[in-house]
Amino acid sequence: MKRVYVNEKWCLGCHLCEYYCAFASTGETDMARALKDIRINPRIRVEECEGISFAVSCRHCPEPLCVKGCITGALRKIDGIITVDRNRCIGCYTCILSCPYGAVSPSEDGAIQKCELCIKTHEGTPRCVLGCPNGAIVFEERGE
Amino acid sequence: MAVEYIQPEYEVVRNQERCIVCRVCERQCANQVHEYLKDSNRMVADDSKCVNCHRCVALCPTRALKIVKSPHTFKENTNWSGKAISEIYKQAESGGVLLSSMGNPENYPVYFDKMLLNASQVTNPSIDPLREPMETRVFLGAKPERIERDEKGRIIRSLPPQIQLSMPVMFSAMSYGSISYNAHESLARAAAELGILYNTGEGGLHEDLYKYGKNTIVQVASGRFGVHKDYLESGAAIEIKMGQGAKPGIGGHLPGEKVGMDISRTRMIPEGTDAISPAPHHDIYSIEDLRQLVYSLKEATGYKKPVIVKIAAVHNVAAIASGIARSGADMIAIDGFRGGTGAAPTRIRDHVGLPIELALASVDKRLRDEGIRNRVSIIAGGSIRSSADVVKAIALGADCVYIATAALVALGCHLCRSCHTGKCNWGIATQRPDLVKRLNPNIGFRRLVNLLTAWQHEIKEMMGGMGINSIEALRGNRLMLRGVGLNEKELEILGIKHAGE
Repeated sequence: MKRVYVNEKWCLGCHLCEYYCAFASTGETDMARALKDIRINPRIRVEECEGISFAVSCRHCPEPLCVKGCITGALRKIDGIITVDRNRCIGCYTCILSCPYGAVSPSEDGAIQKCELCIKTHEGTPRCVLGCPNGAIVFEERGE
Repeated sequence: MAVEYIQPEYEVVRNQERCIVCRVCERQCANQVHEYLKDSNRMVADDSKCVNCHRCVALCPTRALKIVKSPHTFKENTNWSGKAISEIYKQAESGGVLLSSMGNPENYPVYFDKMLLNASQVTNPSIDPLREPMETRVFLGAKPERIERDEKGRIIRSLPPQIQLSMPVMFSAMSYGSISYNAHESLARAAAELGILYNTGEGGLHEDLYKYGKNTIVQVASGRFGVHKDYLESGAAIEIKMGQGAKPGIGGHLPGEKVGMDISRTRMIPEGTDAISPAPHHDIYSIEDLRQLVYSLKEATGYKKPVIVKIAAVHNVAAIASGIARSGADMIAIDGFRGGTGAAPTRIRDHVGLPIELALASVDKRLRDEGIRNRVSIIAGGSIRSSADVVKAIALGADCVYIATAALVALGCHLCRSCHTGKCNWGIATQRPDLVKRLNPNIGFRRLVNLLTAWQHEIKEMMGGMGINSIEALRGNRLMLRGVGLNEKELEILGIKHAGE
C-alpha cells in the first residue's frame, strides 16, 4: 500500500505541507479564500530542532495503538488506511495519548482528526506530497 | 548611514487580501527581506535587501507576492543612466572593484537573434523526425587527414581518442565551490542519463562523483586545484582552461569562507583559505608551452583521453585557435562574452571579449583555410539559450555546444545575478548547508534531462525541416543561415548571406 514517507535530508522546514494539508480539508478552490485570517490546524506537522526538520503525519501502523485504544470504534483501519468516523468520536482522546508519533490531534469541534491520506477530499496523491517544494514528502509503495 | 545614496532597485508587492501569513517567504529568504509582525499578524518586507530571485514568489502558496522594478528614478539622462550614477555612488562609498555574476547583461547585439534558418519547400523534401530516423549523435576529437588502407584494402581504424555524445550539447565548466554539491550531482547524473558530458570546472572532482567518470570532463586550470593522477584518469576528457568568456584575461577567486571541509578535500587546499586561480598559467607563455602541458596530460593518461583547450573569445581568437590546433589539442572550446560566472569584476564582464557567433565563425573559417579543421573539434559556449541557438551554432561550424546558464536556469536559477554573495536562495551558487539542501538532485537531474530531451526533439524538427537527417551534415553548413539586419562586414565574418539573397 502507498504511504506518505518523509525524508529529513530534503525537508526545508518551510511548513508548506501544513498549509496544503489545512487547505485540502476545507473543500475550497482558492487557498487565499480558504485560509485567510485562520489559524490552521493541520494533520501533518513539521518538527524542527537545531537545523533539522521533518514533517510528521499518521504512519498508518500495521498494529495501530490508536485503533486498539478507541472505545467507540470511531477509528478503524480500512484497506490499510486508518480512518476516523467523526460521528462516533466522543472526544475521549485515548488515541491522542496512545499514538507514539503524536500524529492524532483534536479538531475544532472536539472530535479527533488525523491524516487519512486525503481519501475523503481528493483523489490520488495526498496534498502535502504535491505541495512539498523539495521532494521531502513522498507517496510510495515500500511494503509493510 | 545618514545619507542613503543607493535606493532599492525592486519593490516587493504583497497582496494583503491573498496573504495568509504562512511565513514561507520569511523562512525561504536568505537575504532576510520578509518579516513577521506578531502584534498585527502581518508580513512586511524590506525592499532594500531584495535581489529579485523570485524564491518567495515561487513558493508563496496563494500567489500573494510579486516583485516589481522600483519606479524611483533619477532625472532622465541618456548618457548618465541610473545604473551609471548608482555605480559611482557604490564605488565612492566602498573604494572597491564592482563585482557581478552570471553573463554580460548589456545591450550588445545578439547575433543568434539576427540569423534565420532555412527549410525545404517543393524541390527538396523535408523529413519528419517522428517517422524517419534522425541522427543527433556526434563524435568529438581529432579526425585523420585521409583514409588509410592496409595492403588488403581494409580501412585502418586507428583514430585518436574520441568522445561520443548522444546530442551536440554538453554542460560546461562550473566548479564545485562556485556551485553547490547538489548542483554538481544533478549535472553529473543528468549527463550520465543523457549520454553527454558535464565538466568539473577547476574545483576538482568530489569523491562521490567519480562513478560518473565516463560522463565527466575534468578540468585543469591555472590554480591546478584538485588535480592528481586519479582525477585525470577518472574523466572521459581533460580540459585545459586558459580563459573564460565572462572574464577574459583574469583568474578566479573562491573566498575562504566557502572553502569548507568537503571543498578543501576536493581542491586539496587547507580549509578556510582563499582559492585563487592566477590570471595566466604560470608555465604557459606560448603555444609551445601549451603543447607541453597538452602532452604532459596525454602522457599522464596514456594517450587515451582527448584534451580540450578552452579559451575566451577575444579579438585575435582565430589566430590563437590556429595555434591551439597545432599544439596537439583534440578540441578547442571557445567561450563567448555572454558566458556566465560565479563572480567577475563588472567592468571586465561587461566590456571585454567577443560575441561567440563571430568568434566561432572566424575560427571555423581560419582552420578550414589553413587545412587543419580536421585536427580539432570546436565546442562553442557563451550563452546558448535554446535549441535554435544550438542549431545555428552547429551551422556556423561548431561540432558541439557548451551550456551552463541554461542548465542552471533549469535547476531553478532566476538570473538574479547575485552568485557572488554566496546566498543563493535556490541552492545553486552557495555552500551554506541550509541553502544547498534546497536543490534536491533527484528533482534537479530530472529537470535537466527534461530540458535536453526537449531540445533534442526540437533540434530534430529543425533539421528535418531543412531536409537534413544527420547533425554531422549540418556542421558548417552556412547556406542554412541567412542574416537579418546585419551589415556587409558582419555577414562576411559570419560567412552567411543576407535574408532574401
